[in-house]
Amino acid sequence: MSELIQAWSERIRAAAANRQPLCIRGGGTKAFYGGPEVGEPILTDAYRGIVNYAPSELVVTVRAGTPLADLEAALAAENQMLAFEPPHFADGGTVGGCVAAGLAGPRRAAVGGVRDFVLGATLIDGRGDVLRFGGEVMKNVAGYDVSRFLAGSLGTLGLIAEVSLKVLPRPVAEATLRFEMDEAAALHQLNVWAGQPLPVSASVWRGGVLHLRLSGAGAAVDAAIARLGGERLADAAAAVLWRGLRDHRDDFFAGTLPLWRLSVPSDALAVALPGEQLVEWGGAQRWLRSDAPVVEIRVRAAALGGHATLFRGGAGRSDVFHPLPAPMQALQRNLKQAFDPAGIFNPGRLYPEF
Amino acid sequence: MGEPADLPDFSVAERDFSTVDKARLVSSLSRVLPAASLLHDLEDLRPYECDGMSALRQVPMVVALPETEAQVVEILKICAALGVPVVARGAGTGLSGGAQPHKFGLVLSLARFKKIIRIDAHARRAVVQPGVRNLAISEAAAPFGLYYAPDPSSQIACTIGGNVAENSGGVHCLKYGLTIHNLLKVRGVTIAGEIVEFGSLALDTPGYDLLPLVTGSEGMLAVVTEVTVKLTPKPQLAQCVLAAFDDVVKAGEAVAAVIAAGIIPAGLEMMDQPATAAVEEFVHAGYPLDAEAILLCESDGTPEEVAEEIARVRAILEASGATEVRVSRDEGERLRFWAGRKAAFPAAGRISPDYYCMDGTIPRKRLGEMLKAIQQMEKKYSMRCINVFHAGDGNLHPLILFDANKPGDQHTAEAFGAEILELSVALGGTITGEHGVGIEKINQMCSQFATPTLNAFHRVKAAFDPQGLLNPGKAIPTLNRCAEYGRERMGANVVQAHPDLPRF
Ligand SMILES: Cc1cc2nc3c(=O)[nH]c(=O)nc-3n(C[C@@H](O)[C@H](O)[C@H](O)COP(=O)(O)OP(=O)(O)OC[C@H]3O[C@@H](n4cnc5c(N)ncnc54)[C@H](O)[C@@H]3O)c2cc1C
Ligand SMILES: Cc1cc2nc3c(=O)[nH]c(=O)nc-3n(C[C@H](O)[C@H](O)[C@H](O)COP(=O)(O)OP(=O)(O)OC[C@H]3O[C@@H](n4cnc5c(N)ncnc54)[C@H](O)[C@@H]3O)c2cc1C
Repeated sequence: MSELIQAWSERIRAAAANRQPLCIRGGGTKAFYGGPEVGEPILTDAYRGIVNYAPSELVVTVRAGTPLADLEAALAAENQMLAFEPPHFADGGTVGGCVAAGLAGPRRAAVGGVRDFVLGATLIDGRGDVLRFGGEVMKNVAGYDVSRFLAGSLGTLGLIAEVSLKVLPRPVAEATLRFEMDEAAALHQLNVWAGQPLPVSASVWRGGVLHLRLSGAGAAVDAAIARLGGERLADAAAAVLWRGLRDHRDDFFAGTLPLWRLSVPSDALAVALPGEQLVEWGGAQRWLRSDAPVVEIRVRAAALGGHATLFRGGAGRSDVFHPLPAPMQALQRNLKQAFDPAGIFNPGRLYPEF
Repeated sequence: MGEPADLPDFSVAERDFSTVDKARLVSSLSRVLPAASLLHDLEDLRPYECDGMSALRQVPMVVALPETEAQVVEILKICAALGVPVVARGAGTGLSGGAQPHKFGLVLSLARFKKIIRIDAHARRAVVQPGVRNLAISEAAAPFGLYYAPDPSSQIACTIGGNVAENSGGVHCLKYGLTIHNLLKVRGVTIAGEIVEFGSLALDTPGYDLLPLVTGSEGMLAVVTEVTVKLTPKPQLAQCVLAAFDDVVKAGEAVAAVIAAGIIPAGLEMMDQPATAAVEEFVHAGYPLDAEAILLCESDGTPEEVAEEIARVRAILEASGATEVRVSRDEGERLRFWAGRKAAFPAAGRISPDYYCMDGTIPRKRLGEMLKAIQQMEKKYSMRCINVFHAGDGNLHPLILFDANKPGDQHTAEAFGAEILELSVALGGTITGEHGVGIEKINQMCSQFATPTLNAFHRVKAAFDPQGLLNPGKAIPTLNRCAEYGRERMGANVVQAHPDLPRF
């Protein structure tokens, strides 16, 4: 076991004994997200580097403090990628932070989210115990699948020290098409296309314009272009568009109004709340810039079959995430207790009660 | 070293349920279930005594066959109040004894939950009851040009509830994912009788994501009462390449070469020579019988895409030393290529009175090593083993051939299997890729996981089921069991995963 892991384990054990809250921090790039940060920082950035990467196995094992950009560069050198297209909200984001934040980019609807690519993890829990879940193989049903469960847990269950991720080859060909249509037509069309064998890898609708990204074998992309029509974007412009969405550099994300993320079924009706909107993930992710009351937005998201997160403009607030139904809340509280009985990791970051 | 104070008691030693009062259980259940939904006479209980792992048999105390979720809630509340073990059951095709009854427990059969509630073609999803067969979903979706992608070889019989509980895979999961990747929402009932929804129709849910915990949990966390799956558009075309190799290691390297070239085939399967011979005799697929190994590599998509990929695959296989490469010329030939692979288990059953199917997964690059070791073990145990693999994801199904009527054979087959599992762990893999731990591989869990991780699993279980009533004794070994197993293996001179546990 590495000395650093040993040291963390001891520090966590001591903190638990003293009920001293700890705030796990990677690059600290996602501080704007989630409830208030409380506690003594525990920094992961010294624990970095790729532990094992065999491109023909489609698996990479990485130390949590590894900069996301470094990992992506190593994968790109082998013509592979993290298929869930994680956002880089700022320089310096880490792999541990990426998994703990559980955020996926434009490719989410086509290939899956962070959880779908986690194969294994080493976790230091709230007792200071070093736990190893899953492994480095594609298929593994030995024990509960705790490593996937860690995706999106925002550092509230323990310190992710290492993680094994499934990687995929980069697509050979890519093209972005532009269509003009209103929101209702776009929502309908996106679901129709998703029901056909087309190589759609991302979509975005905003202000009467729909962009569709196609990725895959050259022949498949060419056939889809011929079939779908639309206007093809130059490759450079397409790259700026998708990166701007992934990293929230697009001007839509620049304003000062609160930014809401509504996660809804792809075929849900238009959100129809005051404010400006941007639709991603084939209709399943609706961004909203709005100062409508929190309750109104939550009620609408629930009515559409989904939930609403106050993504930006809620730093330090305790109602960033959608409330849970009572039986689910009880299970989540029990699980938090199972991994962090003294309640020392990022208390209140996810929900005020745990 | 003593156990940590906050461990649930069922994590140390299995609970003793011998005080369960059958008469009281039956009378309580008969208040919420009609007589036709409650079995308690020995002759009625017999059909439930085992699952697909038929070497282990145990008649349950009672079988309940509810028809509504409200009945499931009532049954679970009664069992929680009376402290009765509950074993959920789908079609009973599981291969690890997961649905094996508890002597003092209830089998909760979901066999009557057979309704396909809704197909939302526009949104590509199906809402089904847990007793619906895997293949029935694809059949219902076919008129819309859609299907449910995970295709276990048992798909004509196994249920979606069982698939969720095992996180089942199939020959196409390299490209299309496992059960977990094709689920939107699972509705279940906890032992306390609470209805909980895991996942949602959206792509994520607030707070922790419990869907991956429940998926693959082998009936230990909740009873599944409704499943919403994703449906996938049917590819326009599928074509299959069959390649023969004169050496299994070369075939393994060809698999790595295909993946390294950036190709994710729709299926990538391998069979060794004895397996090929066994299935050829059974289905007459036209396999080359002189090859040491054959590979099946499938490509799907648009006709243009398939043509491009098949050409690349063919070139890679030839460069990797294939002695023969055939490409299916039509749908009939493609299905013939697959017929043999899909019939591997029954074919084993035809050449041997009994067979024992293993399920380890290893990093692909260790395939050659594993095969060589299995050949050595065949000599050591004087027992034959034929090998079929989901080669694309390193999941092995060695089939150990034996005769349960021969004294000692069963025991030898189990020892042979255990050695394969231990080696899977040693090669950096896992003891089970898709069939689950159940009761079959419970000892090897002690080799794969150290005590603190096993403790964490027990705490996860307790978060859902504090009394440990759902499927007790399965999937996660007690600390006493691991100590006992460690003692047994001391003589075998192996590295101990639990140096911290008392041995004597
Ligand atoms: C919704 C959202 C919006 C954001 N917007 C911006 C933005 O506009 N500008 C900007 O600069 N940053 C932004 N961020 C911060 C950036 O905060 C992301 O969280 C980042 O991708 C994570 O990388 P990181 O290493 O910086 O993680 P951190 O921000 O350090 O941590 C993210 C979360 O993960 C946890 N965590 C980190 N490492 C580990 C680990 N090894 N084990 C367990 N838990 C861990 C942390 O406790 C924290 O809860 C945003 C974050 C989120 C979630
Ligand atoms: C010939 C053959 C081929 C096979 N091929 C494959 C294959 O290719 N891939 C693969 O992955 N598996 C395969 N299997 C194994 C088996 O078919 C799968 O594990 C299947 O998912 C089990 O489904 P079932 O309905 O038969 O479940 P059962 O055997 O009845 O139960 C399996 C487990 O699930 C639990 N369970 C069942 N229903 C529920 C529910 N509603 N709620 C909670 N828990 C529940 C049970 O308690 C038990 O632990 C094969 C089996 C056979 C016999």
